[in-house]
Amino acid sequence: MSISEKPAANTSSSRAKAKNRELSKKGLLTITGFAVATLFLLPYIRMMFTALTPKDELYQIPADYFPTRLEWSNFVTVWESAPILQYLINTLIIASAATVVVLLVSVPAAYYLARFRFRTRNLILLLVLATQMFAPTSMVIGIYREMVALGLVNTYLALVLVNAGFYLAFSVWILSGFFASIPYEVEEAAMIDGCSKVSVLWRITLPLSLPGLITATIFTFITAWNEFVVALTLTSSIEIRPLTVGITGFIGLYEVQWHYVFATSLIAIVPVVFLFIAIEKWLISGLTAGSIK
Amino acid sequence: MNTTTPAPPAKRRKKSLIRRFLAGPLPWITPMLLLILAIVLWPVYEMGRTSVLEISGSGVTKGFAGLENYRELFDNPNLLGAISRTFFWVITVVAITIFISLFLAQLLNAKFPGRRFVRYALIVPWAASVIMTATSFRWMLDGYYGILNRILLDLGLVEEAIDWMGSAETSLPWLIIVAVFVSLPFTTFVILAGLQTVPGEVYEAAKVDGASARKTYFSITFPLLRTSLFIATVINLINVFNQFPIIWVMTGGGPGYTTDTTTTLMYKLAFRSQEIGQSAALSVVNFGIILIFVLIYIRATGFGKREDR
Repeated sequence: MSISEKPAANTSSSRAKAKNRELSKKGLLTITGFAVATLFLLPYIRMMFTALTPKDELYQIPADYFPTRLEWSNFVTVWESAPILQYLINTLIIASAATVVVLLVSVPAAYYLARFRFRTRNLILLLVLATQMFAPTSMVIGIYREMVALGLVNTYLALVLVNAGFYLAFSVWILSGFFASIPYEVEEAAMIDGCSKVSVLWRITLPLSLPGLITATIFTFITAWNEFVVALTLTSSIEIRPLTVGITGFIGLYEVQWHYVFATSLIAIVPVVFLFIAIEKWLISGLTAGSIK
Repeated sequence: MNTTTPAPPAKRRKKSLIRRFLAGPLPWITPMLLLILAIVLWPVYEMGRTSVLEISGSGVTKGFAGLENYRELFDNPNLLGAISRTFFWVITVVAITIFISLFLAQLLNAKFPGRRFVRYALIVPWAASVIMTATSFRWMLDGYYGILNRILLDLGLVEEAIDWMGSAETSLPWLIIVAVFVSLPFTTFVILAGLQTVPGEVYEAAKVDGASARKTYFSITFPLLRTSLFIATVINLINVFNQFPIIWVMTGGGPGYTTDTTTTLMYKLAFRSQEIGQSAALSVVNFGIILIFVLIYIRATGFGKREDR
């Protein structure tokens, strides 16, 4: 029936029509896509223009759409204006150390969970899932009381451990997925050659799982980099405070130096966005692995 | 060779014990378990314990309080408002987020020039610190210097500048918008992942049967998205319930307590009003609510069945 409706004679014109329709559909999709993208970038575009606004143009009533000139030196003077550098160093220390701790505990655990079946395996998986579902926000009072008891309030160690403890799940899911995908025969062959389990993991499995390791590293680092609630609760001095908390400190001031607030924000956001894009492919599986698989 | 030169028995037994220990799960799993125990489980215990202790404003424990903190909490005049606001906040944000995500995922699943750029743009709010995103919104919404008022004035939509964060009626909708804004990337990508698992032949078959685009979506795509939708919804529910930075930066729960959710109220009770006991009681309640979500999630996704994947 459908054959009779499509006479073979006028193919060229109907094909052209179909092509046109396809093109206009693509065009519409592209326009919608770019509108959506702009909408999502808007707060960051505004951030950038404010960061480049000369100080005397910040407080216009009503606001100007764009500054009359772009003050690139804001990105230089911001370092002198406030303890930004200190905040940045603190953030780097906390996020890096938390990432190292996460890798140290999650690599062996993920390996064992991926390779072996044992009695308490399900319970352990459940526990890992729980750490992912219970954000530190809901427990911040408990965390605070614990750190008071341990005398760890306002220390790097407290922030490192809390970040590591709550953000290890992603790493466990991603790594165990990678480890499980490596055929056991590969490891067996190495063991026959006299390698121990540890050296098999170190020399064969880990190098083969490099993308997983990189993903786990980047994700943990970024999550710790952006962490706010625990840092707000546990830090009381500039020497320990990370950037996220430091920035909110500017806002309470009488005259907020918005250009500096946003110059700092951009310094913190831009590298992280590129890192996130690099691991985009694996994000969903790491965040939902407790369920989809 | 090995069998012909046996090691001394004592040494050998020692070695095999170490071997056996190394072969079992303990050395591999214990570091992680210790960390979880110390960082995730201990605070739960501390929270529960603190909620039944009498603690002075300066943090000194005065003794056992029984359920006194809970009684005080439920007598707190700001609690009821915060609870009903939390319900409203969570349901509105999640519903709007999921609805928009369905469209965005569909868009990103289509092929068009520049799709990669749109994907990357969507990742930005996800990667960026929520604190900083919320700060930018707060600046754009500033009553005096904010760009939004300028735009609205120029378009003639308002007569005079509005102090958006000045009252709950104008700030709450904006808090919801910002929460949706930061939630969209995750939910969209989860749904997109779901869309990409739908085999192309299914659509071919529907096309051959002459099904309209809408019918195809509602009778084929949507049912197949059930799992992803469920996951996106529950995780988003938990995240929105726990959302703290947006409210903290934009209104601080104020003016007064008029934009507080139970999460921000819990924080203010402990670190503004020095009511640690009451705050711990509220966090036990909050924790219980999240626990319910988590249990639903675990049951519905058949977590236990992962054993034989």
